Amino acid sequence: MTVTFTLNGNDVEAQPGETIWQVATRLGVEIPHLCHSPDPGYRPDGNCRACMVEIEGERVLAASCIRTPNEGMVVNSASDRAKSARKMVFEMLAADQPERPVAHDPQSKFWHWADHVEISDSRLPARTPHKADSSHTAMAVNLDACINCNLCVRACREVQVNDVIGMAYRGHGSKIVFDFDDPMGNSTCVACGECVQACPTGALMEASLVDENGIGKTEPLREVDSVCPYCGVGCQITYQINSDNEIAAVQGRTGPANENRLCVKGRFGFDYVKHPHRLTKPMIRRDDAPKSMDIDIDPANPWTHFREATWEEALDKAGGGLKTILDRDGSSALAGFGSAKGSNEEAYMFQKLVRTGFGTNNVDHCTRLCHASSVAALMEGIGSGAVTAPFTACKDSELIIVIGANPTENHPVAATFFKQATKRGATLVVMDPRGQALRKHATHMLQFKPGTDVAMLNALLNVIITEELYDRQYVESQTEGFENLKKHIVDFTPEAMSEICGIDPETLRTVARHYARAESSIIFWGMGISQSTHGTDNARCLIALALTTGQVGRPGTGLHPLRGQNNVQGASDAGLIPIVYPDYQAVDSDDIRSRFEDVWGTTLDPNRGLTVVEIMDAVHDDIIKGMYIMGENPAMSDPDADHAREALAKLEHLVAQDLFLTETAFHADVVLPASAWPEKDGTVTNTNRQVQMGRTALDLPGDARQDWWIIQEVARRIGLDWTYSHPSDVFAEMKGVMNSLDNITWDRLERESAVTYPVDAPDQPGNEIVFGDGFPTASGRGKLVAADIIPPDEMPDDDYPMVLTTGRQLEHWHTGAMTRRSRVLDQIEPEAIAQMSSRDLHKLGLKAGDMIRVETRRGTIELMARVDGAMPEGLIFIPFCFAEAPANVLTNPQLDPFGKIPEFKFCAARVTGASEPAAAE
Amino acid sequence: MSEGDKTIRKRKHPGRGRGKGRIHPKGRQLDPTAQAEVSALLGDKPRNRDLLIEFLHLIQDSQGCLPAPHLVALADEMRIPLAEIYEVASFYAHFDIVKDDEERPPAVTVRVCDSLTCELMGAQSLLKDLRAKHNGAVRVVPAPCMGRCDCAPVAEIGHAHVTNATATSIDAAVSDGHTSPTIPDYRDFDAYCADGGYTLLRSCLGGSTSVDDILAALDDSGLRGFGGAGFPTGRKWQLVRAEPKPRLMTVNADEGEPGTFKDRYYLETDPHRFLEGMLIGAWAVEADKAYIYLRDEYPQIRELLLAEMPKLVAAGLAKKDAIELRRGAGAYICGEESAMIESIEGKRGLPRHRPPYVAQVGLFGRPTLVNNVETLFWVRDIVEKGAGWFGDQGRNGGKGLRSFSVSGRVAEPGVKLAPAGISVQELIDEFCGGMADGHSFKAYLPGGASGGILPASKGDLPLEFGKLESEGCFVGSHAVVILSDKDDMGDVARNLMRFFEDESCGQCTPCRVGTEKAVALMSNDEWDVPLLEELGRAMADASICGLGQAAANPLFSVLKHFREEVV
Repeated sequence: MTVTFTLNGNDVEAQPGETIWQVATRLGVEIPHLCHSPDPGYRPDGNCRACMVEIEGERVLAASCIRTPNEGMVVNSASDRAKSARKMVFEMLAADQPERPVAHDPQSKFWHWADHVEISDSRLPARTPHKADSSHTAMAVNLDACINCNLCVRACREVQVNDVIGMAYRGHGSKIVFDFDDPMGNSTCVACGECVQACPTGALMEASLVDENGIGKTEPLREVDSVCPYCGVGCQITYQINSDNEIAAVQGRTGPANENRLCVKGRFGFDYVKHPHRLTKPMIRRDDAPKSMDIDIDPANPWTHFREATWEEALDKAGGGLKTILDRDGSSALAGFGSAKGSNEEAYMFQKLVRTGFGTNNVDHCTRLCHASSVAALMEGIGSGAVTAPFTACKDSELIIVIGANPTENHPVAATFFKQATKRGATLVVMDPRGQALRKHATHMLQFKPGTDVAMLNALLNVIITEELYDRQYVESQTEGFENLKKHIVDFTPEAMSEICGIDPETLRTVARHYARAESSIIFWGMGISQSTHGTDNARCLIALALTTGQVGRPGTGLHPLRGQNNVQGASDAGLIPIVYPDYQAVDSDDIRSRFEDVWGTTLDPNRGLTVVEIMDAVHDDIIKGMYIMGENPAMSDPDADHAREALAKLEHLVAQDLFLTETAFHADVVLPASAWPEKDGTVTNTNRQVQMGRTALDLPGDARQDWWIIQEVARRIGLDWTYSHPSDVFAEMKGVMNSLDNITWDRLERESAVTYPVDAPDQPGNEIVFGDGFPTASGRGKLVAADIIPPDEMPDDDYPMVLTTGRQLEHWHTGAMTRRSRVLDQIEPEAIAQMSSRDLHKLGLKAGDMIRVETRRGTIELMARVDGAMPEGLIFIPFCFAEAPANVLTNPQLDPFGKIPEFKFCAARVTGASEPAAAE
Repeated sequence: MSEGDKTIRKRKHPGRGRGKGRIHPKGRQLDPTAQAEVSALLGDKPRNRDLLIEFLHLIQDSQGCLPAPHLVALADEMRIPLAEIYEVASFYAHFDIVKDDEERPPAVTVRVCDSLTCELMGAQSLLKDLRAKHNGAVRVVPAPCMGRCDCAPVAEIGHAHVTNATATSIDAAVSDGHTSPTIPDYRDFDAYCADGGYTLLRSCLGGSTSVDDILAALDDSGLRGFGGAGFPTGRKWQLVRAEPKPRLMTVNADEGEPGTFKDRYYLETDPHRFLEGMLIGAWAVEADKAYIYLRDEYPQIRELLLAEMPKLVAAGLAKKDAIELRRGAGAYICGEESAMIESIEGKRGLPRHRPPYVAQVGLFGRPTLVNNVETLFWVRDIVEKGAGWFGDQGRNGGKGLRSFSVSGRVAEPGVKLAPAGISVQELIDEFCGGMADGHSFKAYLPGGASGGILPASKGDLPLEFGKLESEGCFVGSHAVVILSDKDDMGDVARNLMRFFEDESCGQCTPCRVGTEKAVALMSNDEWDVPLLEELGRAMADASICGLGQAAANPLFSVLKHFREEVV
């Protein structure tokens, strides 16, 4: 019910729950505020007392930011009493501020409002100021400017739920602390920078915005809105660009996926675009630079192996080499890897080039290494490879399962929503062989034995079916295959499965019951599910959980594979997949193919193409001889990386298009210097099916070119007559073959920055939660598929007694090409590490920090051991981002039969002390 | 690939190659020894968030301090963030956090009360003497009011209190190793029952006495909240009853207002009279559970309550776990009811914003009845002896009986049960044996540190709720401190402002910064009166809770009545 009250003599209305400050602000009555942020996720706290108003009949003044009006209340924000209290509050705070000319942030909200109340200095004596804390590489902590408003505490604890910042001590001694009043750089801080974004005084600042004395830089910053290029969350950002045309800082925007939040990469990881290693000239391999698997080129000095070329020469050589092979050996001798780091338009152009120019479906990208098995299971089960609900749907969930995912590291902003949901009271179930940060928030942590996913999940299904907890009506009306599943699942009792997966039967029962009975349950999964030889089976089990219980298609329910790359959803949608055209239309369907042949004006290969790992094998088998690789780094990201590098070195002709001379480009014949994300226009689609607009913020360096232009020029040189003049032309063409983009136009994206598909009308928001009334399968029903227990391909034995698992790390993206060239990210994680339990290390007579040697049947690397309490005994985890110790030299290339995804998450390994001690720094 | 091929290639990487990777995950790591100790200490107690302060006490008592590794272990046990542990532990004065490279405090800590009455009686010279004598082996620290102002000065050695303390008596106690509280001689369960105790409660529980009977008696008697706010008790119980179930009850035994010691007196002498009142209150509002929040300065009462409370369960008067005794940790602000609730929840004692009121949204978000010890103490007598026994008393327009804690320059300080509305002059003359030898009456604090100061010329005002507000004062917890011609009013005002500065929770600007700036300005020989008045007004108008709102009262009083002493 609305409330009518009097504000400064006028009758005004407040909406339910609206505070006096909100009403006043809405009506244009300015009331100063410091501890209150109107940004999403921040509750009012009423502590700074800068917003005091007078309420008739009350003994003392009230904080307007936290007070909701009552009917008939008489409020005065302009009375002398209110104004003088506010002014004195500012004078009290100003007494302890650094002088304005040496302010850390001269444009701070504090000084803005101080001006408003006409306070420039203070008659009150100053206290002894806090000392500066410069321990963190990304953020400057100058608590002499702190006004104890605790916005940073709310930022850290309630918005990001990283729980590092506290308000410690008491009274005038109270102070913002990190953990135990530790230097920020030594604390558990994950450098999301939310506190910096929230701070109204400059006490917490981007280190890049203050000089060595902590004094704020005053130059104006140019702002461009865009979207983050790192993970699949798709946070909207605003670049702040200085006069040197550098990205000086990045702020979170109110995007649908991030609500202003960012993580360390999205806030501090953009300086890679200006790194000296950046390729700025086309290059051609020198005649005296033979290829070999173990080649190692200094990216700062490519001239040992390459020579500079003009664009004309380089493009002629690039296209000519591919054309020669095509003419000589035919279409099947060529293949292309596009990139989930590029835009939708680039992905579309790339697959079109391979399909219409090379004449083959041998086009793939890193989705193969990421969620190919999830997509296979989803396509089979519910007829769609995308999520059924955005991760923000967890706001409405009673129970949340996160399995095989480590979102605080890999989808940090999505993780904030999960953590917030637990604060609201949602039950969080985390299932992962590795402990992880999210477990602190979990009601149940199921740390099951590696590789036993199906056993554990089948036990849950067993409980749901045998205890008749399934949704009978939903199963009957919306699914097929239930009877078969019911028969199959009978033997997978919690007791029997407990012995395999290591989770006690009672916990399995509790979780199954709660998942089934909850008003709304949702499942999130990551590569722990997919990167396995039984990845498709893992995902089938998750789909069966949701379908049997009807936990899909309603608010707070759903199936959500957390997509890895910023545009892996979009690149897949755009057809960078060997078996489907854009929008997952099968290449081996005659009807579909002939439609595409009409649109593209050429005949198309009727056969499915090869996948990433298969392509490398085909190179070894002398089938594929030429490749075009854009923005991918299989030398680092493919399993059994030495095998992949042998293939790359073996290629007759390799064209690499990238920002840097990657480990893949080491083997290239032609290297084409491309555009970084902040240098181009284009759309990307995040894990939530939100198509978002990326905008150009920076000029291209040197002679680097737009990727879309480069693809077009290569296309022309193999005989295609392309005339796109801007990515918007490409987007328009895509709409012609992709129904998913109905009602989404380039102009609309320019205007709204994000639109979720599917969307029913040009003026309506997209459908966030889908499949409330059936599935896009042939029968319209969801298909339940039973899964059997298949052990991982390579089990530990006496020679290789440990299990190696790989993945990512918060600070480093994928193969590290970008992030290791970011000063902040490189500073936080400067060298290769392997995570192990202290007990395992101890058994080897080693300790934390020692160099270890990790061997598998495929290779050997040496790197530093990091002891991590979250690691169970017998398991070792290595991020695959480290070029000096590439984890994928070790991994097993065995594939899941359906998704063709390799088993990155499990192989047998041996750990010993390193051959020689670590070199002294 | 054969074994022989496994050469380790040295590979380049694109990073700068500066710095060393961390050998652990970010931040402090769990120490297995500390983990084992903390785990053993907590035993099978539930790791509930609200028990944090109780657990911190366990560690402090066993280790003599809070070593950082143990706090990391506690965070791990309770699955709460390091920052939350640290901010709570560092908020309370009785916890000593010892970081990695710091020395542990000496085994014995001597706390010397330096609140007003003790300072009048020589606390500062006592502190000076003790510090000179014990550098190192014994830690000597000032501390706020210990609730024994009738025997000032007071010191605490470990958990043992020394009243009328001298450097000699403290030394003796230290060398005797006397650090445990002395249990007072009190009326125990059997004695209390023999005297008709718990008959009323049994009658309530048995249905012979109705809630309405009780409420009517309370209303008729005019019983009010003796924590200081004076809210009519019967009405409060009715308000809480009107809120939806489940409900809770909390008892404020955090008697911290300097000069106040009546709750201690009643708890030390006749605890069951209070407990019976509490159980009647919990029964009347149908609270599932009653929490007693007892200040850490009263360890002897903690001991006796721990001994007596199980007898109530054994006698069938209270359900198991229906009463929970919680231990404060040295924070005056936790006497503010919502700050106390925060503290019971295991957090820093920050007062909450009102509305909502604690009767609506209190402990753990539930409607909560909050009563002071003394208020509950009178419930049985009022019902049994009739409302008139209490309500018919009073002078000068006051109604009922009041327990005045009188200290300072009187001949016979102590708890004085006197008619409501009595004037300070009457109180001195009739109940306190007049002024102390050699002292002539100059001024008085009618309501502890926050109630302001009145000159002797206003000694005939009724000491009653609502009667002193026009003078900028209030009677509050009825802690009356008598000042004499020997006392410097500037010193008095500084002592009180310093107290508020130390005890401010720090949440809101006017109180956190205002008290600190006021102390600084008041330390000048000449006070900047207009600036102090402006500052004080903003503190009074804009602070969140009564502490900040009242902190300037003594300042205003001195400026009003004794300005010549400070300018």
